[in-house]
Amino acid sequence: MKKNLIDLSHISKTFDGDRVIDDFNLTIKENTFVTLLGPSGCGKTTILRIIGGFLKPDMGRVFFDGKDITELPPEKRQLNTVFQKYALFPHMNVEDNIAFGLRIKKKSEDFIKSKIEYALKLVNLEGYGKRDIDALSGGQQQRIAIARAIVNEPKLLLLDEPLGALDLKLRQEMQYELIRLKNELGITFIYVTHDQEEALTMSDTIVVMNQGYIQQMGTPEQIYNEPENAFVATFIGDSNIVSGKMIEDYAVEISGKKFRCIDAGFGKNKAVDIVIRPEDVEILEPNSPKAILHGRMTHVIFKGEMYEMLCVTDDGKEWLVHSTILHEVGKEVGVYVEPYNIQIMNKPTSEDEEAIDPVVYEAEE
Amino acid sequence: MNSKLRNHLIAAPYTIWMIGFIVIPLVFVVYYAFTNDANAFTLDNVISFFNPIHFKSFVKAFKLAFISTFICIILAYPIALIFRNSKTKKSSFIIYVFILPMWMNGLLRIYAWLTLIEKKGIINLILSALNLPNINIVNTETAIILGMVYDFLPFMILPLYNSLMKIKDDTLNGARDLGANEIQVFTRVILPLSMPGMISGITMVFIPALTTVAISYMLGGGLFLLVGNVIEQEFLTTSNWHLGSGLSFVLIVFIFIVMGITNNFTDKDEEINIV
Repeated sequence: MKKNLIDLSHISKTFDGDRVIDDFNLTIKENTFVTLLGPSGCGKTTILRIIGGFLKPDMGRVFFDGKDITELPPEKRQLNTVFQKYALFPHMNVEDNIAFGLRIKKKSEDFIKSKIEYALKLVNLEGYGKRDIDALSGGQQQRIAIARAIVNEPKLLLLDEPLGALDLKLRQEMQYELIRLKNELGITFIYVTHDQEEALTMSDTIVVMNQGYIQQMGTPEQIYNEPENAFVATFIGDSNIVSGKMIEDYAVEISGKKFRCIDAGFGKNKAVDIVIRPEDVEILEPNSPKAILHGRMTHVIFKGEMYEMLCVTDDGKEWLVHSTILHEVGKEVGVYVEPYNIQIMNKPTSEDEEAIDPVVYEAEE
Repeated sequence: MNSKLRNHLIAAPYTIWMIGFIVIPLVFVVYYAFTNDANAFTLDNVISFFNPIHFKSFVKAFKLAFISTFICIILAYPIALIFRNSKTKKSSFIIYVFILPMWMNGLLRIYAWLTLIEKKGIINLILSALNLPNINIVNTETAIILGMVYDFLPFMILPLYNSLMKIKDDTLNGARDLGANEIQVFTRVILPLSMPGMISGITMVFIPALTTVAISYMLGGGLFLLVGNVIEQEFLTTSNWHLGSGLSFVLIVFIFIVMGITNNFTDKDEEINIV
């Protein structure tokens, strides 16, 4: 059983009268890779900065390893942060940057030297010690920022969108590096990002946030396969979200037709939302016995690893379809979805869920 | 038209300006400095730097310039730091209020000081009204230093503020995160990163203070001969252009030495070589 490392209890934070975080509770276990995922302005960075000590919550307590650290300044916390834009000291070379924390702690120069060597090796930048910060690429700077943090042997490493400024290929490389680092160091990572792919790749646990509230918390598989509400479903990957009716346990009505599903306990004839991932929409010949809905293909875009297509069913509903098999525009087709690919969600009841506006996260950065 | 030729044409007015108003006058200064009335080569003008009166004027000018530059740093740094940290729209406005006097004629500003600090000046009027002892600083070194500080303070605030504004919040947060307390953040991060601004502030305050004529003349009541006053007298009163040029030449050499020393302290790629 892993110990709780971080406990956020009833945290609230207001900026200029704007309540960013309201009664936020989160527990993070030791030695896990936790990602706070959400659109800009969802409060994920605020949470990270509250843990780091750079922001004080208006209400609530922060516990670290069982101790209340709410009032502790950042320099007294046993954790380190890797900032969004590296935040390296431009007036020092690589070595002095890495040594900064250790010199503050008055470690011996021999110890510091061995630590620098160890850290540079860990981030694959051996021999870079004497270089100027300006002489490094973005990816190298980010590795130094990580090295600078981990030489202090924190129990917890906070990473604030550290890969945001890197190009795609470098970002993917760094994702694997971070996973390796986490495994080698055996410490807890709290990672903030708005990039769902990054979150799915690296995390043990994903915390999906919107408008200061946790929308869902779970493993990447749970978040992707069993989104609990429409926000999570649309934010994590593409999806078809349709209204429907739960006829009874294990049977749901979509577009007036009965589909079998694997969910139960919603009650009879209850209105629900249904999430179906585009890769789970099966396109069949129109006369196939499996076909439940019928329609016609209207758009096709070639995306490289698959075709992205639109199919309009007879009731006028549009379905996003991902498939490696091409179905040409105008073709009459049948549509089928496997029971385990149908994810049933309750219709939103709280205002917070309804406040979900797709424009908010499409318009960011 | 090739682009090189075009660039030369665009640069032409500035080249003419530079030659006409900077290079040629300097050549004249050097020529006069190393000749005498008979137009014969001589080192006497330059060597007269060692004449006790001249030497004293140099020492005094350096001393007052040094003190006022130091006071400017002490006054400007907290202001610049406060404005950097406040980060509101107001702060850039207030910074402009601080440098507002820069837009007024320097002589007028000195006159204003004179009316403030003279024996029957405004400050003493107020002190008398409050039954407090009067101050008597006009025609003293204190008055000159006050005038210099007032005159040149904006030139220290502005570059300091600019260089402090360039420091990102996360750079400071990073230092805190790594265990530095507020004093250590200041000494190890803020101070070194603001050096370029401080150096350009120093050059922009120290050199005008060193060469001032008006401030020492008006607030010192002519009792304190700074090197600027000596040179002015040689040119305008005694009409000894050769001696005046000789001393000017020595002063220019000193200025180059000062700039050489200060530039040594800064990053090679900073834009402070503006003086």
